[in-house]
Amino acid sequence: MGKTLFDKIWDKHVVAHVENGPTQLYIDRHYCHEVTSPQAFQGLRNRNLKVHRPDKTYCMPDHNIPTLNQSSPIADLISRNQVDTLTKNAAEFGLTHFGLGDPKNGVIHVVGPENGLTLPGMTIVCGDSHTSTHGALGAIAFGIGTSEVEMVLASQCILQTKPKRMRIQINGTLGKDVLSKDIALYIISQLTTGGATGYFVEYAGDAIRDLTMEARLTLCNLSIEMGARGGLVAPDQTTFDYIKGRAYAPKGDAWDAAMAEWKQLYSDEDAVFDKDVVLNAEDIEPMVTYGTNPGMGTGISGSIPTLEEIPESSRLSFLKSLDYMGYKPGEKMLGKPVDYVFLGSCTNGRIEDFRLFASYVKGKKKAENVVAWLVPGSWSVEAQCRKEGLIEILEEAGFQLRQPGCSACLAMNDDKVPAGKYAVSTSNRNFEGRQGPGARTILAGPLVAAAAAVNGCITDPRD
Amino acid sequence: MEKFNTLTSRVVPLPIENVDTDQIIPARFLKATSKEGFGDNLFRDWRYDKNDAPISSFILNDSTYSGSILVAGKNFGSGSSREHAAWAIAGYGFRVVVSSFFADIFKNNALNNGVLPVVVSETFLAEVFETVKNDPQATLTVDLENQRITNNARAASESFEINAYKKNCLLNGFDDIDFLLSNKDKIEAWEKQHG
Ligand code: SF4
Repeated sequence: MGKTLFDKIWDKHVVAHVENGPTQLYIDRHYCHEVTSPQAFQGLRNRNLKVHRPDKTYCMPDHNIPTLNQSSPIADLISRNQVDTLTKNAAEFGLTHFGLGDPKNGVIHVVGPENGLTLPGMTIVCGDSHTSTHGALGAIAFGIGTSEVEMVLASQCILQTKPKRMRIQINGTLGKDVLSKDIALYIISQLTTGGATGYFVEYAGDAIRDLTMEARLTLCNLSIEMGARGGLVAPDQTTFDYIKGRAYAPKGDAWDAAMAEWKQLYSDEDAVFDKDVVLNAEDIEPMVTYGTNPGMGTGISGSIPTLEEIPESSRLSFLKSLDYMGYKPGEKMLGKPVDYVFLGSCTNGRIEDFRLFASYVKGKKKAENVVAWLVPGSWSVEAQCRKEGLIEILEEAGFQLRQPGCSACLAMNDDKVPAGKYAVSTSNRNFEGRQGPGARTILAGPLVAAAAAVNGCITDPRD
Repeated sequence: MEKFNTLTSRVVPLPIENVDTDQIIPARFLKATSKEGFGDNLFRDWRYDKNDAPISSFILNDSTYSGSILVAGKNFGSGSSREHAAWAIAGYGFRVVVSSFFADIFKNNALNNGVLPVVVSETFLAEVFETVKNDPQATLTVDLENQRITNNARAASESFEINAYKKNCLLNGFDDIDFLLSNKDKIEAWEKQHG
């Protein structure tokens, strides 16, 4: 029987099997940020341990950092302490660190791929659930907790129970202005947020093949929101073209050797998945969420479900969620007022997202009542916006770029949406309070965000 | 890590589905560099209003209920990988979380901090909520060695799953790093083979 892509990568990285227990898996790349690592480094110190392979870990602060005046010391002293702690830990343990002010700094899941640090066939972990992003290049990438960060630092290994394999095929061609963010929100609305729990997902089908590399990153990023351990796409010419020439990508003979290996990375014809899901690209329209988890989504022309459409046991949670959002069952989403717009995060903070946003707002004006935060995912995205003249287009329309970081995606810095306000956000979580206490989040792609920013309400970008 | 064997305790019921990690511990409380103190902010925004006054209707503020077993609706712990969620639950004093479904990363994080996630059937879960509603003094017994959970008021019991390795870790208070470090020769052999 053939092997799935997941199995090929997994099997190669098995160091040992624990009897009646998990697998000890070797990790090729470890990313580290300031929030989930301090206790892990302290753990090493307590046990008097060194980092086993300092060459395989890359550190950078992203969660806490301000998106204005990054060259001044961080005003919030607790945040500053956490960011400084990462700097000190990286120095003490001999790790590469892209600190504040470094041109390579940015949100880890944007920085890794754009520097060629994330490569096909790798096992990749980070103390962050959206590590699933890196699967877009054909890697097994997943988020881990802080105890596991400590394990990887100490041994370059992790103990994992092998997940089941699911294939999600999207066949057909996407409609106009339907983006990979919409595919992801559509899948989650179909599967629910726990629908892929226990699985690792491979995305396949023509609609996925047709996606650019950055669009695939957005899709894999959201795998965790359907409960999956991670998601991946088999590498192809799109992948290879994207990687070639990036800072840490293999060069010369090493490139040829890598290509020979990468070309073997696909699921065999006769590979069997534990679960197969087949969906149609034509059924997908631009999506928005109306509730407080990413599975509570609808096509933009659709409505919030009525109470009768919700299973009885879930009604209490459904109503609690709508109550938080200030919505009622059965209401239409088009025309709902919007106060804030956030373009950014590891989901939609890449150059293609800024191009899309700029293409919509070009020649239009930002709605007066909307506060817009446009936050590039990294300094390299910022530089590219500058180079392509996007900044002028955005400024002309009344928008300014802020400095890179996680920003309003989780509101650990000052970018907090006030209580009761509505934010259309290109990030990945609409949980209660995610963007600030009491903030109400509507998840969407960059085009829906642009349309909301210009019109001050939920608007179909295709109109 | 603290050992776990058998626990009989009253329970705190939270019959809400999809309790995500941002509810368990909101992001603005993740700035600490140690593992201490997270229990104070467990369920912060459900527990306190914006002036930091306790919200009396929330279960943790209702003295009718207490105990070291948290019982929650299905899909508990979805969202972020933040282990702070497990530290908050452990820090508050819970040793067991019971639900009909857990998010993957949360489950691992809990186990790595000596908190036992127990998956029960929907029926068992509904009965526990019912029992505790009728009698807040009612207790559950969780027996790790025999992998059984019992709703004592009804003498209803169910077995639960846990992999043998993790069970052994919890029973003996071992953690994964001890294990991995004892395997160093295998790690080096793998590295030699794969360059
Ligand atoms: S952008 Fe948001 S989801 Fe991505 S790493 Fe930062 S906080 Fe997490």
